[in-house]
Amino acid sequence: MSEFFSMGGYGSYIWASYGLTALAMIVLLIATLRGLRSSRIERDQLEAVLQSRRPRRTKKPQKAS
Amino acid sequence: MHRFAKPSVFLKFTAPILPWLSVLTVILIAAGLYFSLIGSPVDYQQGHTVRIMYIHVPAAWMGLFCYVGMAICGAMSLIWKHPLADICARATAPVGATFTALCLITGSLWGEPMWGTWWVWDARLTSMLILLFLYLGYMALVNAFDDPERGSKAGSALALVGAVNVPIVKFSVDWWNTLHQPASIVRMDGPAIDPSMQLPLALMILGFTCYYLVVLILRVRLELNERRIRALHLSGMFDEHSTPAPPTEQSYDAGHNAEAKQ
Repeated sequence: MSEFFSMGGYGSYIWASYGLTALAMIVLLIATLRGLRSSRIERDQLEAVLQSRRPRRTKKPQKAS
Repeated sequence: MHRFAKPSVFLKFTAPILPWLSVLTVILIAAGLYFSLIGSPVDYQQGHTVRIMYIHVPAAWMGLFCYVGMAICGAMSLIWKHPLADICARATAPVGATFTALCLITGSLWGEPMWGTWWVWDARLTSMLILLFLYLGYMALVNAFDDPERGSKAGSALALVGAVNVPIVKFSVDWWNTLHQPASIVRMDGPAIDPSMQLPLALMILGFTCYYLVVLILRVRLELNERRIRALHLSGMFDEHSTPAPPTEQSYDAGHNAEAKQ
């Protein structure tokens, strides 16, 4: 097992490569998911305020012709 | 064609694909990791360090692939003023930048034991560093304007001009004397690499590409939400002192509806 981790003496280079890649990919994914969630919450809040201010409209607002 | 490139259509089509794509990403990368760390032989010259290749080459591929995608989207955004093209370009940039940075870092970690140096200013390495700066410049530029339209115009122009760097990266190993080895996969007379090493490489490239598509879909949603938020703010509905006007329900409204079904 330790032979596997030492990778013929190059373990630190190899594991650093794999580790940094995994870290960067996971951080990017998590940052994206968090941004997505907070943007969804903010958008829904704004939409809710919009709805409450204009109670007459139950359907989608029609375009003025 | 434009009819099918509406944000609402994009969200409708990608919503059912996303879970499958996520599973596929995990499977491909897990299989790729197995074959690159355990199931592949050591190189007769480089020993175990050849395993860095299974990260380094896919990362370099993604760096170039994302840039080409970003430049094409930039061109479409400039020519047809299509909002989705601009959104895709913006969503692609951070992924491409990440993989380009990873390519440079893993290349350093491979160069130190094999070449005896972390870095040399040769053609391949320098052009790859320029690619990273192009990504960073693009991201800084598109976000530097209050008006996203202007930001996307400037960014698209930068992405297109920077596209000359892509063939320079690819052919730098042929055009100049360099420490970096020449192409061994995409070349005229077929791959010059053993099938036992091609398998983990192919799995990782596919896995990284699927990962990119997953993040792309998520970031497009994020971008659509942010545009909707901006449209709602600009509509004046939330400004106490102005008379409320209906928000501009242009192409971004659809993003909201499809997103709400998730």
